[in-house]
Amino acid sequence: MSKTAALLQWIDDRFPLTSTWKAHLSEYYAPKNFNFWYYFGSLALMVLVIQILSGIFLTMHYKPDANQAFGSVEYIMRDVPWGWLVRYIHSTGASMFFVVVYLHMFRGLIYGSFRKPRELTWIFGMLIYLCMMAEAFFGYLLPWGQMSYWGAQVIVNLFGAIPFVGPDIAIWIRGDYVVSDATLNRFFAFHVIAIPLVLLGLVAAHIVALHEVGSNNPDGIEIKKKKDPKTGIPLDGIPFHPYYTVKDIVGVVVFLMVFTVIVFFIPNMGGYFLEDNNFFPADPMKTPPHIAPVWYFTPYYAMLRAVPAMFSSQFPGVIVMGAAVLIFFALPWLDRGRVKSIRYRGPKFKVAIAAFVVSFFILGWLGVNPTDFLGKVGSSDLELATLLARVFTIIYFLFFLLMPWYTSSDREKPEPERVTG
Amino acid sequence: MKTMRTLRRLLAVVALVPTFAFAAGEHVHLDQAPINKTDIASLQRGAKLFVNYCLTCHSAKFMRYNRLMDIGISEQQIKDNLMFTADKVGEHMTVAMDAKDAKQWFGAAPPDLSVIARARGADWLYTYLRTFYRDDSRPTGWNNVVFPNVGMPHVLWELQGQQELEPAKAEEGEHGGEHAAAHEGPTLKLAEPGKLEPKEYDAAVADLVNYLVFQAEPARAKRVQIGILTLLFLGVLLVFAYALKKEYWKDVH
Repeated sequence: MSKTAALLQWIDDRFPLTSTWKAHLSEYYAPKNFNFWYYFGSLALMVLVIQILSGIFLTMHYKPDANQAFGSVEYIMRDVPWGWLVRYIHSTGASMFFVVVYLHMFRGLIYGSFRKPRELTWIFGMLIYLCMMAEAFFGYLLPWGQMSYWGAQVIVNLFGAIPFVGPDIAIWIRGDYVVSDATLNRFFAFHVIAIPLVLLGLVAAHIVALHEVGSNNPDGIEIKKKKDPKTGIPLDGIPFHPYYTVKDIVGVVVFLMVFTVIVFFIPNMGGYFLEDNNFFPADPMKTPPHIAPVWYFTPYYAMLRAVPAMFSSQFPGVIVMGAAVLIFFALPWLDRGRVKSIRYRGPKFKVAIAAFVVSFFILGWLGVNPTDFLGKVGSSDLELATLLARVFTIIYFLFFLLMPWYTSSDREKPEPERVTG
Repeated sequence: MKTMRTLRRLLAVVALVPTFAFAAGEHVHLDQAPINKTDIASLQRGAKLFVNYCLTCHSAKFMRYNRLMDIGISEQQIKDNLMFTADKVGEHMTVAMDAKDAKQWFGAAPPDLSVIARARGADWLYTYLRTFYRDDSRPTGWNNVVFPNVGMPHVLWELQGQQELEPAKAEEGEHGGEHAAAHEGPTLKLAEPGKLEPKEYDAAVADLVNYLVFQAEPARAKRVQIGILTLLFLGVLLVFAYALKKEYWKDVH
């Protein structure tokens, strides 16, 4: 036995190194027909690593102090060697994380990856999405610009809209009557340690759950149903390593090229990744005329604004916004289709998912803008943007709520026995 | 206790209800700033204007004097010509004026200008600095088209001269200028010429704005250079990564 083999044996006697490598990489059999949409899982993992690494270096120079935070970011941008690069990587990474995860979720929707037996994979994934939202929200306060400050003020006040206990909860979250130094310090703690810890645990659970049942594929059929009788290996499966590792490297390089273009040439991304107003230092005495969250929250923000206040409380809007996110959890039990993939779904599902995607984009676009930006409807007092937001909020929810009916009555095509193309 | 509750409720309302009013003058047409970020001479002229005219009231407290070496000004030149209050070239561009005093004098403390070009945008600054006009109803005697009732007087008036709003538009009331500007562009006329011709003044303001853009992100030039190199590297890597993938996937049918 060679020395390396002996060392490996020594380790394997004490730690499941080889067996873990095999179970998750070299003998994890993934369907051979993954297409474009299957890059975004590994890309999400990579962006997470990018965020953690760049975040560590930012933490070395950033000051979580209301008097110093804005200046310390500028210090990073000007005086810390390569600080500007690390900062732009982190700010671009935040938005790109959502881009990649939204595409990853869309893949799950169209190919039915959330369906039995992958319900827990889907639920862990949704929990990751919730964590990402919290992480993004806490992190956005840290530069201590006007949008940081007032965005946090708005979101924390959403909790204040909860009947009876709301105002006290809002104070408990802020640690003060307004967003202040106390808020900044605790948000920093949440952003750099609490949420990332949970996030890493959930990512591990997401992958373990996936590898337990195996990956879905664009045909939505289970490759484990057709195995080689001698080896027990799925006939349409190939080892994740080396096949998908080398394939994902191509995806990673293409993604990094897009990432590079943003980081080095358009780090503001036209005000969508870094908002212009956030270059004004936070001023508790001056409310900006238009407070908009960063683009990845705007579909939900549009819903919040669309719901009329009841009994002079914004609480119904908060409920709708929360429900819009949480309803994703129910997806595995709402879908009554006999097939999983959009390739074999009927016209009803295709129309429904198209309407859903259109609603999501239009709500996102409405959420970026002030509610009066499209003017009023005719001679009435109703703003056109608010009307549109209401219509598309309803369509968004109907996609989920009507799903049991339109999926069970759809004219589906038969699934193939083996994966295609 | 009661006031506390009212205050809390007020805060909740203020922060929750997205306000629909626009910042004053947001709809004013902005002229495109004719700046060239790689024009070193323009940046240097802008830096000179900045330290002479702006840096007396406005600080640029995140900007160090020696960062001007990035736009080709030597350490000695900075010391001799551009540093009026600081001792060492590594110091930040701060001002002696006290924020409280400033607030009393102008109604608002002059904002720090380190990153103003990123917050306002070059076009806003370029238009703002060219649309001051005489207004005797204001404490400073000056008003502005893009920033109505601004606290800042027209510091560059000696260069530009004195502009007045066209009388017909002025009769429309306090917001006449803003209103007119939204539809027909600024309706200002030069009542009293300054040291510079209008075209020269526009060019000087462009230099100043160019400098402010540089000051807002001194690392910009380096960022673009490294970006090109990074893309080239990734382009080469892509070729190899793709070849590797092709090689492995040959045997997948």
